Amino acid sequence: MLKILGYPDRYSVAPGEAISFQVSLEEGDSFSARIVRVLNGDCNPAGPGLDLPHHPSSIDGTYLGQQRRADAGSYLIADTVPALEDFSFRALIWPTLLARRAQVIASQWDAASKTGFMLELDEGKLSLVTGDGRRQTLPQTLLERKWYAVSFSLNAVTGAFRLSLSPLKADVGTDDEGEITGSLGASQAVAAPFILAGMPLADGTVGSHFNGKIEAPSLLAGAQSHATLAVNPLPAGLSPKLIAAWDFSDGIRSIKATDKAAFRHHGRLVNLPARGMKGSGWTGLHHSWQAAPAEYGAVHFHEDDLYDAGWPADVVWTLPEDAKSGAYALHLSCGETEAEAMRECYIPFFIRPPRIKKPGVTRPKVAFLAPTCSYMAYANHGEHITVRGVERLMGRLLHFGHQDVYLYDHPELCHSLYDKHADGSGVCYSSRMRPNINCAPRYHSWLGGDGSSLYQYNADTHLFGWLAHNDIDYDIITDEDLHRDGFPLIEDYSVILTGSHPEYHSTAMWDAMKAWTDRGGRLMYMGGNGWYWRIAFHDELPGVIEVRRAEDGIRSWEAEPGEYYHSFTGEYGGLWRRCGRPPNMMAGIGFVAQGFDVSSPYRRAPDADNPRAAFVFEGVEDEVIGDFGLIGGGAAGIELDCINPLLGSPPNILRLASSEDHSPLMLLVNEEFTATLPNLGGDQNEKVRADLSFYETPAGGAVFATGSIAWIGSLPWNNYENNVSRITLNTLRRFMDPKPFV
Amino acid sequence: MYRINPETDQQFVEEFRRLPVGRHSPGLMRLLNALRYDPSGRQIVLFCRKPFAEWQIAEMPANRLDPLVLEDSPIFTNRDEAEWEIFRRRWFKATGQHLNQPFRSADEA
Repeated sequence: MLKILGYPDRYSVAPGEAISFQVSLEEGDSFSARIVRVLNGDCNPAGPGLDLPHHPSSIDGTYLGQQRRADAGSYLIADTVPALEDFSFRALIWPTLLARRAQVIASQWDAASKTGFMLELDEGKLSLVTGDGRRQTLPQTLLERKWYAVSFSLNAVTGAFRLSLSPLKADVGTDDEGEITGSLGASQAVAAPFILAGMPLADGTVGSHFNGKIEAPSLLAGAQSHATLAVNPLPAGLSPKLIAAWDFSDGIRSIKATDKAAFRHHGRLVNLPARGMKGSGWTGLHHSWQAAPAEYGAVHFHEDDLYDAGWPADVVWTLPEDAKSGAYALHLSCGETEAEAMRECYIPFFIRPPRIKKPGVTRPKVAFLAPTCSYMAYANHGEHITVRGVERLMGRLLHFGHQDVYLYDHPELCHSLYDKHADGSGVCYSSRMRPNINCAPRYHSWLGGDGSSLYQYNADTHLFGWLAHNDIDYDIITDEDLHRDGFPLIEDYSVILTGSHPEYHSTAMWDAMKAWTDRGGRLMYMGGNGWYWRIAFHDELPGVIEVRRAEDGIRSWEAEPGEYYHSFTGEYGGLWRRCGRPPNMMAGIGFVAQGFDVSSPYRRAPDADNPRAAFVFEGVEDEVIGDFGLIGGGAAGIELDCINPLLGSPPNILRLASSEDHSPLMLLVNEEFTATLPNLGGDQNEKVRADLSFYETPAGGAVFATGSIAWIGSLPWNNYENNVSRITLNTLRRFMDPKPFV
Repeated sequence: MYRINPETDQQFVEEFRRLPVGRHSPGLMRLLNALRYDPSGRQIVLFCRKPFAEWQIAEMPANRLDPLVLEDSPIFTNRDEAEWEIFRRRWFKATGQHLNQPFRSADEA
């Protein structure tokens, strides 16, 4: 299906800097590459059409390529552990996917000579394996999501071994405790890294990953009894015997696995297994790992964790110093696209303003804040593949493009923050260091609303086209820029426009934006469901965010009780609304409903006649606004926000228009009710509406909020000549005027 | 869970044929929610061969490790026509009755 794909090493690049692109070529041995501007990524014949003009650059040309794969699966690797010859191992484990075969809990293995050892879980049974695949297996079967102490001792010279299993809590009628001893025959200790939750494979990758939590893994010299090793923490008297004892409650914000034993065989966690996870001794008295780190000594490993695909750079573009800020993409092609094969792709990126302000150079007064955190949150969103019943929610057959078929066939590209791991646990980390299949021009999404079916990145290209059509000079900055640079990045802009769905914000991003509006910035909130989830960035690793889907909100998975705090920062995660900062405090309105089938129009509200809002409606006499559009056929759709003074909508906010006539599938979101209602649909619930809103801020600035993801999709209608376009342009022109609002 | 009644639900068949995607009556919504449930774990999807031009029906197996199966034919040039085709199949499975109306009659076309 899809024959070429790739990813950039960054989503935002400044003039003079280099950006690299990593490419997988699925057929043939060469591809062509060129830079394009992104002005419209929607080929819907009902709209203005694709607009991806070539941007000549030094990288235009043909390149050799090859097929590449991501090595998914998280594990711990400790390089300095010596060859283990006469030793014991113990860990506490909480397995989560027993149906998966050949999961290695711990190994020191040489794949070429097939020597060493591994502790394996296969069809729910525990085995100790040594050279050439000799194995001994306990007859007992483990249960999922139950804590066990597992241990073994092994003397490679004599082959003597012991393998033991015991539950931390006994259940009546369950046979899950046992021990076997004997000989596996003489084997050879190997000088290889010690790996937890995986083993090295002959092709150089690490595979056979364990799915589940591991706590307090330890290596000890000599043969120790299970009775001694099953105790947590290990008895102090064993300290002189310790070869290594990794404490996962230490350094939860990092990828370091600290060895608390004398030799300091510190390990490295690869592909971001989940940290800040409850251990076997969680009491329920504490919910933050910072309050009781000893209760959070577990790491949850998954076969489908992926941080960095690690592909080599195929194309590197060093930008000229005068590169213009905007939306760009690397266009890759490996032949003619036809119905059976898509032989081109676009890898988007943004050119941001220079990092250091150049004296004498005047920047545009308008900026578009590219919601790259939201693009990352939705990276490879696969609920149309993994969840059943989504068709009911979409109100139509699930749309699969060539890219979706590729994603189906390549689960190793891993997940979005909406997906669950194969073991059913929620995906709390998402990185951009891998192909992001659904973040591209020309991608039509299964949940993008009837019509153009665009969502997130490609939906935002409708705004790029509109800005170009109206000859607006603007910069593009990204969420990640705002997180790193803070308020100084945006202090000089008069107007900031958001994307259609700016849903995910870190504390630093929230603070910077609020500081800017408090100082007179003019915010044009062009979408819906904004400032909804709190996220965290990692201290050490670039390009990865974390969410904890805590106690409220529209959630495709739920964080476990006690796991609501970000491992990256220690902050309480979940909805900003639950953190005392509802979106209404930022944009005047907040999330109220979602539905993915058809959109609706707005009708003018009495405040539209308020003289304070006269500039908005200049030249617009229509009572009905946005009864057209490329996203669901209306300007109010997908996700809606409305005014709510109880959540922080300011008292001077004007409700200029409200949407109406919503579909039964436009459903009230669950944070809006405490007991389930019989009238959740937009055809029966009066709360389901988008409020087009405006208010002035004390420092002379203002906020204009559309309250709908589909708003942007109406801008291009009728070649940009329509009342949604006119209202938006009227507002932008006034917001660009330095005259204070108050 | 609602049980489809071919006699009383017949009234919603025509509503769906005329508007496969859009604001549906509560009765049609109930019918669709029942028809769109497949306890086998399989899932019918619509593969778009050419954007806004060609679609074909595909089936996802219950287990993702198994391949996606594409139906070689028909190739639909109208997405709503594919919706109608799947509706007909599901109606037959639920009621044993064939819906022989074409998606668009000659007059409607």
